[in-house]
Amino acid sequence: MINRGSRATKTGFGEGLLEAGLRNSEVFCIGADITASVGCNLFADALPQRFISLGIAEQNCIGVAAGLALEGKIPVFSTYGVFAAHRAMDQIRVSVCYNNLHVVIGGAHAGVSVGPDGATHQALEDLAMMRVLPNMTVLSPCDATQTRLATIAAIEKCKGPVYLRFGREAMPDFTDIDQDFEIGKSQLLRDGNDLTIIATGHLVWRAVLAAEILESGGIHARVINMHTIKPIDKDAIILAANETGAILAAEEHQVNGGLGSAVAEVVVQQLPVPMAFVGMPDRFGESGEPGQLMEKFGMTAEAIAETGKRLLIRKMEMARFKLPSDSYKKTSAG
Amino acid sequence: MQPWQTSDPITLHEIANEIRKSVISSLSEAKSGHLGGSLGLADIFTALYFSRLVHDPGNPAWPNRDRVILSIGHVAPVLYATLAHSGYFPLEELKTLRKLGSRLQGHPGRDHGLPGLELSAGSLGQGLSVAVGMAIAAKMDHKNHKIYCIHGDGELQEGSIWEAAMSASHHMLDNLIAIVDRNGLQIDGKTEDVMKLEPLADKWRSFGWEVIQCDGNDMEQILMAFTQAGITQNRPVVIIAKTIMGKGIRSIEGDYRWHGKVPSEEQREEFFREVEGVEKS
Repeated sequence: MINRGSRATKTGFGEGLLEAGLRNSEVFCIGADITASVGCNLFADALPQRFISLGIAEQNCIGVAAGLALEGKIPVFSTYGVFAAHRAMDQIRVSVCYNNLHVVIGGAHAGVSVGPDGATHQALEDLAMMRVLPNMTVLSPCDATQTRLATIAAIEKCKGPVYLRFGREAMPDFTDIDQDFEIGKSQLLRDGNDLTIIATGHLVWRAVLAAEILESGGIHARVINMHTIKPIDKDAIILAANETGAILAAEEHQVNGGLGSAVAEVVVQQLPVPMAFVGMPDRFGESGEPGQLMEKFGMTAEAIAETGKRLLIRKMEMARFKLPSDSYKKTSAG
Repeated sequence: MQPWQTSDPITLHEIANEIRKSVISSLSEAKSGHLGGSLGLADIFTALYFSRLVHDPGNPAWPNRDRVILSIGHVAPVLYATLAHSGYFPLEELKTLRKLGSRLQGHPGRDHGLPGLELSAGSLGQGLSVAVGMAIAAKMDHKNHKIYCIHGDGELQEGSIWEAAMSASHHMLDNLIAIVDRNGLQIDGKTEDVMKLEPLADKWRSFGWEVIQCDGNDMEQILMAFTQAGITQNRPVVIIAKTIMGKGIRSIEGDYRWHGKVPSEEQREEFFREVEGVEKS
């Protein structure tokens, strides 16, 4: 796994959108004032006749997107995830999802790595909100290269509604340029049999580093990049539960309702194994530098490795004593 | 114009009353639903489908058809009755309203495959945005069809309506015609007591819309409003149609308690006679 340098995932979104727009004249982009800030400026500059400015009115943007989709267009609407997923939730539910329309919603500014803007602008509940909606596909790619591919796939391969999450801060760009990106099919980034780290978005690279830290201590961690939150790759999760016996979920999102919950829903139904969660512990974010915030909320490689170690201990204890009653308390905080 | 379409107000008035009777029957079968608004809108729906719309019930997905978006999903019974009387599906099916497995959902749902239904809707304040999207698409494709969007007056209390209104005039959507069912009533009482809407025409005008006002239960006035709306250029049109909730049944006209009520079996017969009485008068 080589870090080719840092790029924001929103850059990948902008590139993918432009590429798909150049290929298909039915692709439209809807702007809600923060066009450049959410990666839509490339499209708006190159294809102004298919860029529709609607101002700061997210509910209307989603409704208009639904109308365009009903007429066979492929509308892409991007704004900060907090506004896309939350402000326009009812419009997404009824006008888009109930009508099962191919609308691509870009949710920018994912997670605490948004930094100084603080809690109002850090999307930490969007995956949970979007994944409960029937018909919705939810994507959370891990770097700029993959976000470009995910954007193209969302526009060209999907038939129904898609929520695609990406971030603002420049982060390591490391996935293969010619990778196979398939919606719903996770990527195995590193094999191991002691435990599995399933990560999404910005935390995938940190999970890879965490696995290296664990390896130096003799622990072999498997790392899975779960770029599709819905439909979740059940096969990879069941295989990981079966072969490694412990799963750590890592996301820049609330622990409640996001990737970890989606993984747990599969694990508890198919093959229960101990799990641990790295993510926001049911609280709002705050201002600070992205690095400081990731550290404060336990989203560094070191913190993920530490949580992984404790999970492995719990797995071994459970194997020895068969579910000791206090085992959950030790590792549940994440 | 289809051969069965007409601009004769008397014929249209008779069709409207047939639609009213279908609304009463289907709601009485369903035992729940919204009668008042559905009856008040019967004349407007009749004028649309039986006179104004360019459409083909035999080919519901015809690309050049005019689109009708029902933003107030709760008056689905009048939409269903009008679609059935227009020939989109058999009248018999109106009996299935709100029942398990029916294509006639309590609020319109496209996933059940009802011909002629453009949009699943029911959460107030969303239809106009969708209509704006459809109108923009028509402009982009240089198509001449119109998009009609039907609203309640209480619904205009939703902020999203005004986001959509702003965008429609900004994008000069003269292919978009909004119709407001101005019956002055909502569930809690009079709109002006619950949340004041007046001066309503001025609100729309200040948002850049052409405003046409008419009596929404007077066929000639409705037809005239549509004609006027059709020739407006460079901006969207709103027809504020003053209607009477429960129109056609004197004993419930203007009574907001009939917004979400349905007739019992005995009342159904009585209401039928009242509608027929109106027909004769």
